[in-house]
Amino acid sequence: MDAKLKETILNPIFKGNPITVLVLGICSSLAVTVTLKGALVMALSVIVVTGISSLILSLLRNTIPGRVRIIVQLVVVAMMVILVDQILKSFEATYAIDKQLSVYIGLIITNCIVMGRIEAFALGNKPWPSFLDGVANGAGYGMILLIVAFFRELLGSGTLFGVDVLGWLGYVPNNLVILPPFALILLGCIVWVQRAIQKDLQEK
Amino acid sequence: MEYLSLFVKSIFVDNMIFAYFLGMCSFLAVSKNVKTAAGLGLAVIFVLLVTLPINYLLNTYVLAPDALIEGVDLSFLSFIVFIAVIAAIVQVVEMVVEKFSPELYSSLGIFLPLIAVNCAILGGSLFMQQKDFLNIGEAVVYSLGSGIGWFLAIVSLAAIREKMAYSNVPPALKGLGITFITVGLMGIAFMTFMGISL
Repeated sequence: MDAKLKETILNPIFKGNPITVLVLGICSSLAVTVTLKGALVMALSVIVVTGISSLILSLLRNTIPGRVRIIVQLVVVAMMVILVDQILKSFEATYAIDKQLSVYIGLIITNCIVMGRIEAFALGNKPWPSFLDGVANGAGYGMILLIVAFFRELLGSGTLFGVDVLGWLGYVPNNLVILPPFALILLGCIVWVQRAIQKDLQEK
Repeated sequence: MEYLSLFVKSIFVDNMIFAYFLGMCSFLAVSKNVKTAAGLGLAVIFVLLVTLPINYLLNTYVLAPDALIEGVDLSFLSFIVFIAVIAAIVQVVEMVVEKFSPELYSSLGIFLPLIAVNCAILGGSLFMQQKDFLNIGEAVVYSLGSGIGWFLAIVSLAAIREKMAYSNVPPALKGLGITFITVGLMGIAFMTFMGISL
């Protein structure tokens, strides 16, 4: 694998992370981080949608007129999201996926990561790097989601993936962590840690 | 009376930003000063007020099971229908505003087209679908309330950020980090409305 392709994959995961550096796609992400399971489902859905819609639009990039490209992008992304939503609905009963998640899956359409990567990368690059770029950005997003969900589920319910971890130690769950605002505070702390390590990201 | 309680509830209890984190991207990007924040807030109120009732009608009379043709459930199409309506309405609104009120158009600037991809707008329609409103009046009241809630949130964050420019924040936390934490704390303040039963 050549260096440029490797950079395409590794950059979005830490140095150019879509959430903590580019500030994209926070909208639909934080409400699903109460449990690790919800976060994992959301992360996988976003990886699939960004990867495949980047691939499709990169294949179409020479045939789309510039004026109507936003509509074409929305249609492709919406189609992918509908597919993901239908697949999840069919597994809803088997794996007890939260019904509320459906709203947030729908919001992947307006998730800035998907549109942003298509505009910034897929429309100017070959299909294979675009696919990798989409997947890597989805993964960078998913990683932050899982970190936030790990702390929220561990501290808020004393469990991980529904398995009791802290409960038998006599840990009393902290209800503040379950509440939505705590996700933002946690995200602020993640940004803090990342910027303390990478000084060039700090704002003046 | 139900309308009033739905209105108050959608502003404070079900606040788009603090309870559901919808529209965060533009919320964080455009909250550096109060004036532009207020402009974007007004545009969001307006677009929500127009698109949500239209999507309500489409949802009730076309997409819902057995609504259009007996035995046909089109609800799987709702995402694509909603986003198409929103994109089209934003385009129309942009053209109308440009024609009839050039001052308003220039003050809203690039915010108008950007609203099409604001999660608060699509989120409003998707929550509307879940809430099963009885009639279009409720949908209108809900859309107005959520728009005003979003407006309040962005204007108050912008006011705080204007003041924060003078405070001494640790360098690594400056900008994005402290903004996240501020929004979190504001969210906790808004949580106090949760106990109110209307």
